[in-house]
Amino acid sequence: MNIDKDTDTKVTRRDFLYLTTGSFTAVGVGAAVWPFIAQMNPDASVKALASTEVDLSPILPGQSITILWRGKPVFIRRRTEDEIAEAQSVEIIDLPDPETDESRVLKSEWLVMVGVCTHLGCIPLGNKGDYNGWFCPCHGSHYDTSGRIRKGPAPKNLEIPSYVFLDDNTIKIG
Amino acid sequence: MSEDYTPKSAFGKWFDKRLPLLTLFAGHVLAYPTPKNLNYWWTFGGILTFCLITQIITGLVLAMHYVADANLAFASVEHIMRDVNYGWLLRYLHANGASMFFIAVYLHMARSLFYGSYKEPRELIWIIGVFIFLLMIATAFMGYVLPWGQMSFWGATVITNLFSAIPFFGEAITNWLWGDYSVGSALLTRFFTLHYLMPFLIFGLVILHIWALHVPGNNNPEGIDVIKGSQDTVPFHPHYVIKDVFALVVFIIIFAGFVFFSPNILGHSDNYIQANPLQTPEHIVPEWYFLPFYAILRAIPDKLGGVIMMVSAIAILAFIPWLDTSKVRSSKYRPLYRQFYWLLIADFILLGYLGSQAATGIYLIIGRLATAYYFLHFILIMPLIGFIEKPKPLPKSISEPVLSKEEQKAKVEKAARA
Ligand code: HEM
Ligand code: FES
Repeated sequence: MNIDKDTDTKVTRRDFLYLTTGSFTAVGVGAAVWPFIAQMNPDASVKALASTEVDLSPILPGQSITILWRGKPVFIRRRTEDEIAEAQSVEIIDLPDPETDESRVLKSEWLVMVGVCTHLGCIPLGNKGDYNGWFCPCHGSHYDTSGRIRKGPAPKNLEIPSYVFLDDNTIKIG
Repeated sequence: MSEDYTPKSAFGKWFDKRLPLLTLFAGHVLAYPTPKNLNYWWTFGGILTFCLITQIITGLVLAMHYVADANLAFASVEHIMRDVNYGWLLRYLHANGASMFFIAVYLHMARSLFYGSYKEPRELIWIIGVFIFLLMIATAFMGYVLPWGQMSFWGATVITNLFSAIPFFGEAITNWLWGDYSVGSALLTRFFTLHYLMPFLIFGLVILHIWALHVPGNNNPEGIDVIKGSQDTVPFHPHYVIKDVFALVVFIIIFAGFVFFSPNILGHSDNYIQANPLQTPEHIVPEWYFLPFYAILRAIPDKLGGVIMMVSAIAILAFIPWLDTSKVRSSKYRPLYRQFYWLLIADFILLGYLGSQAATGIYLIIGRLATAYYFLHFILIMPLIGFIEKPKPLPKSISEPVLSKEEQKAKVEKAARA
């Protein structure tokens, strides 16, 4: 582009045009592509199904139920005294994902958590494993009576969904 | 070859002048000069083309009856099996066709690896091949999700969850992939769309693959260049057309054996149970052709680490042209490398076996060793041997070994007669 000597050093009008054209094209392409990517995100009808109410009265101590919330299983377990004591007695510094039992429950009798293994999404089996909690058969993750990961490839504790007690015997998840 | 070609008919001449398709065909199929010493390991290219076309045709007709909705998919596949005319045949062809496709592609890749077909000047042919392999994996995985059985559902769950290992954005990315907070209808529909699309992308890559091949021409079992204008080559037609067709017929007989006598032996019976998001099957195993990579995934105790290693196991293949430092192509003339080649094959088969077993105890330990060895082969053994090894002397031309064998035979015969 050495049409005249000045253009070597000076910023020319043409440089300016190149840059502005280039930037506007990039922004334009980005804006045009976005809807094609965003359409894949969870849609309004999926988001609308986001909460569920559960009646806890039929569950006796030591029993658990599984309900479906957002297409995922949620475990609701009425824990026994022993299980609670076991969960609370653990030194949290020893845990791969340190959390106290108290921070994982609203009432210590009721453990509510998403029943999806934090490794690759299988459903752990109850009353199993080396820590009397849950055991995931897929790649061998062991969870304790608070749903915390103790052994195996899963990186995190079982997720606690957001929920509230509407009264003593009903919770609302989501 | 192509320059000398003129169509015979008047219409042919008229057409070819405007669009030289006939010249293209004559140059790249009929007269294409091919080394005369290719063995049956070279027939898998044709077999793979057959597999791709079979999958596209059978897939197309299955898609006329299949419904990609989580509530209907399983029933629609049963409908194909029971009600649709010849539906059982079309589905068994498609399902077993996928397995046959992978048998052929693994043998084709093993051939290239043994004879150094990835070396200068054929690096791009090999790299395009690695991309085809990647797309095949994606296509077959998504296809397996479509019948919406237990293995479909849980396979999809486990594999899409791999993306949640990505730091920071993992969860957003998996929800984006699912279009939901779990695997469901949204995912099934998009998998069907992509499963339909990808074979055509593969088709495009196959054209590039063959184009890149036809620039330098075929490698051959001796791994040496053909001498231009010599008797080293023969026209593709009829010599290799006949050889390829013969191999294809044998391949089809085996294929038909599966389809008609044991159509479900390569599959998993759990996939005849409809998907249940509340119950994980006892053992989740992928289709047999993914087992070695699945074993690598499980060998690593860390989620992100496992994913990285599994992806690397395939990605590393693309770098082989530069990891192999030897100038000699064919392992026939590489006494040391040849032994490690077979070790690698054994290691890969071992990984496949381990992938089918529960990853506990001794299996886990062997799995880790086998994974380590797989990578060692490429990063350490391959580059080192190129420096250490003293290759056997190469023949001067591809005719030489054949001629000298014949000469020897003639001598022996002469001596016997005397
Ligand atoms: C690279 C080529 C292809 C491969 C490797 C492949 C692989 C697969 C596999 C493994 C399945 C599951 C079979 C089963 O267990 O039932 C499947 C299903 C299916 N595929 Fe493909 N496929 C290919 C091309 C296509 C194409 C081009 C189409 C559409 C035009 C298609 C349409 C379907 C349909 C509708 C199903 C569901 C029906 C069934 O499960 O049998 N496929 N595919
Ligand atoms: S999915 Fe639970 S251990 Fe892998």
